[in-house]
Amino acid sequence: MKKYILRRILLGIIVLFGVIAITFTITRVIPSDPAAKWVGPRATHEQIQEARIELGLDQPYIIQFGKYISDLLHGDLGYSLRSHQPVATELKNYIPATVELVLLATLLAIILGIPLGIYSAKYKNRWLDHLSRLFSVGAVSLPTFWVALFLQLIFFSKLEILPLGGRISTNISIMYELPNITGMLLFDSLVTGKFMIFKDAFLHMILPGITVALYPIGLVARMTRSALLEILNEEYIVASRSYGLPEKTVLWIYALKNSLGPTSTVVALSVGYTLMNTFLVEAIFSWPGIGRYISDAVIGLDYPAIMGVTIFSAVVYLALNLIADIIIALDPRVRV
Amino acid sequence: MLTKLFSSKLMEPKLKEAKFSLFLLNRNKLTKISLIIVLLLILIAVISPWIAPYPGHTDLEVNPQDKLLPPSSQYFFGTDELGRDIFSRVIFGTRISLNTALVAVILSLIIGIPLGAVAGTIGGKIDELIMRITDIFLSFPPLLLAIAIAAVLGPSLQNAMIAIAISWWPWYTRLVRGQAISLKERQFVKAAEAIGTSQNKIIFKHIIPNCISPVIVQASMDMGGVILTISSLSFLGLGAQAPTPEWGLMISTSRNFFLNAWWYSIFPGIAIFITVLAFNLLGDGLREILDPKTRKN
Repeated sequence: MKKYILRRILLGIIVLFGVIAITFTITRVIPSDPAAKWVGPRATHEQIQEARIELGLDQPYIIQFGKYISDLLHGDLGYSLRSHQPVATELKNYIPATVELVLLATLLAIILGIPLGIYSAKYKNRWLDHLSRLFSVGAVSLPTFWVALFLQLIFFSKLEILPLGGRISTNISIMYELPNITGMLLFDSLVTGKFMIFKDAFLHMILPGITVALYPIGLVARMTRSALLEILNEEYIVASRSYGLPEKTVLWIYALKNSLGPTSTVVALSVGYTLMNTFLVEAIFSWPGIGRYISDAVIGLDYPAIMGVTIFSAVVYLALNLIADIIIALDPRVRV
Repeated sequence: MLTKLFSSKLMEPKLKEAKFSLFLLNRNKLTKISLIIVLLLILIAVISPWIAPYPGHTDLEVNPQDKLLPPSSQYFFGTDELGRDIFSRVIFGTRISLNTALVAVILSLIIGIPLGAVAGTIGGKIDELIMRITDIFLSFPPLLLAIAIAAVLGPSLQNAMIAIAISWWPWYTRLVRGQAISLKERQFVKAAEAIGTSQNKIIFKHIIPNCISPVIVQASMDMGGVILTISSLSFLGLGAQAPTPEWGLMISTSRNFFLNAWWYSIFPGIAIFITVLAFNLLGDGLREILDPKTRKN
């Protein structure tokens, strides 16, 4: 078991190295000249040459890559070509807003998606099942960015009950000092007991939260259903039913326990999808997270920033997959 | 005579299987409806130049005196900021989305199938190498790799297709590898090996043709996801460029106007939703029909 986990972690590190190598190569074949970007549009030829040496772009590819890796190990992601600020510092400011959104969506996916999948499997081919399947397939078929605009249209423009975007109203942010512990406004304001801020932040959270949660709820419900259906066909379920165990126990304890493996894998996977969906909608909701950061970076061809976000997301994604694999390995039926 | 008898006997179980699948398809209403919608969408894509009321509006033609008009009998879905008929543009968008998605999937198949077949058939170190590379590509969060590649290649629909293909092929490699591993133990492959057929020939003449059908099913299931990815890239400005009537791009441009002109973003979005939903439902249905584990009930 220990050996298996160690091997998985080692493999994860190798894969991460590959991810970094690929991303690095991609950003090095960018047709635009990063040195020219660094010094700005009015720089002379000499200034560009100086910047090239300063940024180490005159070195061979392999040396540049080596330097990037050694910097990375020291937590240095290079400097943004647009702001000239360290990418690591900038990311630190943008990450909490995205994490807050992703956590909320994942929480909703677990609270709503799993029961939806269970009831769907329990009442297979009845109206509840049809409805829940239609919802879950529908949720994964919706273009997230369109849902965002649609919700804004309804709740901001027509009903006028929710804000258009941002994390907090301007007047609140001027009147009160915003707490900053984790950077997640909802959590910080609750812990410090600032309920005015909490309420306002919560209202701002509703639309983006629903938008990014739809996909994982659908995905988790779909997977829970199919995993459970397979298990409900198994003999031990028939046996426990014929022992006269209450259906609730059979379903929620005996069957659910064995579907936990595939379900936790899909929850881990869905975090990755949620992260990507925040990339699409953060700009729409003026949400100050890494999604908006990367979409600005893509337009400005700011490759250290693009790499920073890519590596951060890949690390998160790999870690989640690792956790899911470990949960599966905890299952005594899977001998590793 | 003898060969005829032999072949029909061989075909019998396959025919029975196909008939049973058709029966299941017929019984599964949702799958049947989604199949009809998909066929309808393909039809619309093919005949779009003839059914769009203003085919010029999908290209460079503008019509500023009719800008941002709500839906009416003249413009079914209203008009955009340049006075172009949104209905015509949505209809043309079907052709663009289906076309790009198809090309992107075919490109990924071209990369993915041979790699998977080689990995599965040859095994050993080559298998290990190919599969670790696929692992690396699969550890990028979905969409992110496509965003990075599209950003590097420069924004265009063609580059978006390439970007999607580069991030999508590992799924097919995995699938084909699994097939190849079981196929290479089969009698006909062993027989081919015994008479000294070259490894290349075994892979391309025996292994690949025999593992193609599950791959085709998987690819058709993926169409929905690919269409969604293309529209997302276009929405981010990394795919289709103006004046291409691409759905994601239309929604992206509509952002500046949608609070006053709801029809502008609503209809392209519904088009994406219906298309992706139909492909996803069809994929789900096909999986259930073809998977022996679930087909019993």
